[in-house]
Amino acid sequence: MEEYLRMDRIPHIWCPGCGIGTVVTSFVEALKKNKEDLDKVALVSGIGCTGRVAGYVKLDSFHTTHGRAIPFATGLKLANPDMKVVVFSGDGDIFGIGGNHFIHAARRNMDITVICVNNFNYAMTGGQVAATTPMMANASTAPYGNFEYSFSLPYLAEACGATYVARWTALHMRRVTKSIQEALKHRGLSLIEVITPCVTLYARRNRLGDGLNLMKYYYDQSVIEHGADTRTLDISYQGKLVCGKFVHKEKPTFLDAMNTHMTNVLGDDYELYGRINNDND
Amino acid sequence: MKKTKADPKGVLTGAHYMDGDHALCEGALAGGCRFFAGYPITPSTETAERFSSRIPHVGGVFIQMEDELASIAALIGASWGGKKPMTVTSGPGFSLMMENLGLAAMMETPLVIANVQRGGPSTGLPTLTGQQDMMQAKYGSHGDYEIIALSPDSPQECFDLTIEALNLAETYRVPVLIMTDECVGHMHEKVIIPPAEEIEIVERKWYTGPKDEYLPYKNDTDGIPFMVKAGDGYRFHTTGLTHDERGYPVINAECQKVNVTHIIEKIRGNVDKIIKIEEDQTDNAEVVVVSYGITSRVAVRAVQKARQAGIKTGTLRLITAWPFPEKRIRALSKKIKAFIVPEINYGQMVKEVERNSIDRCKVYNVPHLGGWVHDPDDIYKAIKEASK
Repeated sequence: MEEYLRMDRIPHIWCPGCGIGTVVTSFVEALKKNKEDLDKVALVSGIGCTGRVAGYVKLDSFHTTHGRAIPFATGLKLANPDMKVVVFSGDGDIFGIGGNHFIHAARRNMDITVICVNNFNYAMTGGQVAATTPMMANASTAPYGNFEYSFSLPYLAEACGATYVARWTALHMRRVTKSIQEALKHRGLSLIEVITPCVTLYARRNRLGDGLNLMKYYYDQSVIEHGADTRTLDISYQGKLVCGKFVHKEKPTFLDAMNTHMTNVLGDDYELYGRINNDND
Repeated sequence: MKKTKADPKGVLTGAHYMDGDHALCEGALAGGCRFFAGYPITPSTETAERFSSRIPHVGGVFIQMEDELASIAALIGASWGGKKPMTVTSGPGFSLMMENLGLAAMMETPLVIANVQRGGPSTGLPTLTGQQDMMQAKYGSHGDYEIIALSPDSPQECFDLTIEALNLAETYRVPVLIMTDECVGHMHEKVIIPPAEEIEIVERKWYTGPKDEYLPYKNDTDGIPFMVKAGDGYRFHTTGLTHDERGYPVINAECQKVNVTHIIEKIRGNVDKIIKIEEDQTDNAEVVVVSYGITSRVAVRAVQKARQAGIKTGTLRLITAWPFPEKRIRALSKKIKAFIVPEINYGQMVKEVERNSIDRCKVYNVPHLGGWVHDPDDIYKAIKEASK
């Protein structure tokens, strides 16, 4: 792992039983299996437990502000189009405070990979209710149970224009790895949602047991339905977890569309921007 | 500091008739900016529009983001991707940018933001002028830090100072603000764009040593750390958290002291190199008018009238608003009767003038709350009163 992680920053800050490390392991596996040039992969995180991932991976890695990882990554990608840019952050960061940025990055089919660790609550600050907290679940700011509807992330992503969408749980390590491998190769905006246990806060407050109990829940209640209609992917409290790859399609990325359109309109007056030289491929 | 000449592709050499907003764009392109991310907002939109039409011809990216939070975040990302980035906005958008202005200061990221000021607070006067964001420019984001802010008084200076802003941003690894206003932004005047070979460009302070020895926040002898860009194999880390030389978070008082002192002192320690002011007849003046931006143009009339009336009146124009020229104000305060500070706000930069001339001379503020420029007579009356 030394090649992939900043060993001088280990031990990490995550709690025993937390699922974020598992997703990081899958991410590293994907880099290995894809034989990615590590000098050409950048990782951008926002704020929160998952936001700390940027601090542990041995890549060009940016720990930014709360919710702004995606626009930061957008600037980084557009400035340096031959890099693969990964946003690795939590549900609160990407879909709560940063929701608008996800919506627009997906609309533009910005060529970035978004890995969203969904632990159903704001964990870094003590387990507050989130846009992903299932109805009826308890949270520190929903002490009588959550009565708000929650986001279905794959449904939202597809509706906004994401061209690769998958959902897994922390139990599905190999499948997470495979999805990340595909997403890194995919040109366009990809979202991989990984549902993970937050043992210290979400599980304890809801008396769901420890990490093993949550893995048992994922084992019992997850079903794999590749290509499932994303309108059917709502998550209810301790209910069924539909997993799989739901969307995988080709569509010009922001830069492809910009280059094609401007060349059509302006012809020789347009200076092609950042076209990757594939001659050696 | 490595200097080169401007890339001729971005330089529209010649004499033009254009407004300040357009000149901001031309200054940016001449100064080497090839990345613009922004959000439409009156009275700055013309700059974004011009970028969108010009950038396809010079090789670069224009992207209209979903809001100003995203615009500045994209700028920071683009800067670490190796670009010289710029955005433009006005009050409400400037407020949204405060979040990541702090990140840019903390990550020591070169970028330029132009604020074409309008009357505030809140939505205020979208189409009418103001100079009410001057303190926000300095103190708007939370925590202690330093930025640089310039204040052009004409379309020509919008052009010149945007190049200067891009150069300062690279020299000091700091966000640089161009605090102009609606009047200058929409004022059409002659703008001379020189040939590319006459435009000096400061290159980023690239690190070239061994890859495994690179530390993103280790001070060089001049107090400014070297920079690298993503994709060059350094595999560095940077964060908005308090950090050490490696860019790794260290959450304690000792590291905080070193980190915050550094981002402040790299500017304060270089104020003599950074600050530009323009003075006229201050040598034997009794009264000195301190102004900036459009207000310095309006003050000219009042100063002429005062001189005709026999009042020894000098002028001091802030080309650099931040860092503030404390030393010069202090020196003048020992010699003169009074400073007159007209500005289109309820009294902002005047506080700096007062702070630096305590009990040595009088300070008169001539406020105007925005929506229009001063009546020169109001400034003249203050000069006359002060000269008594």
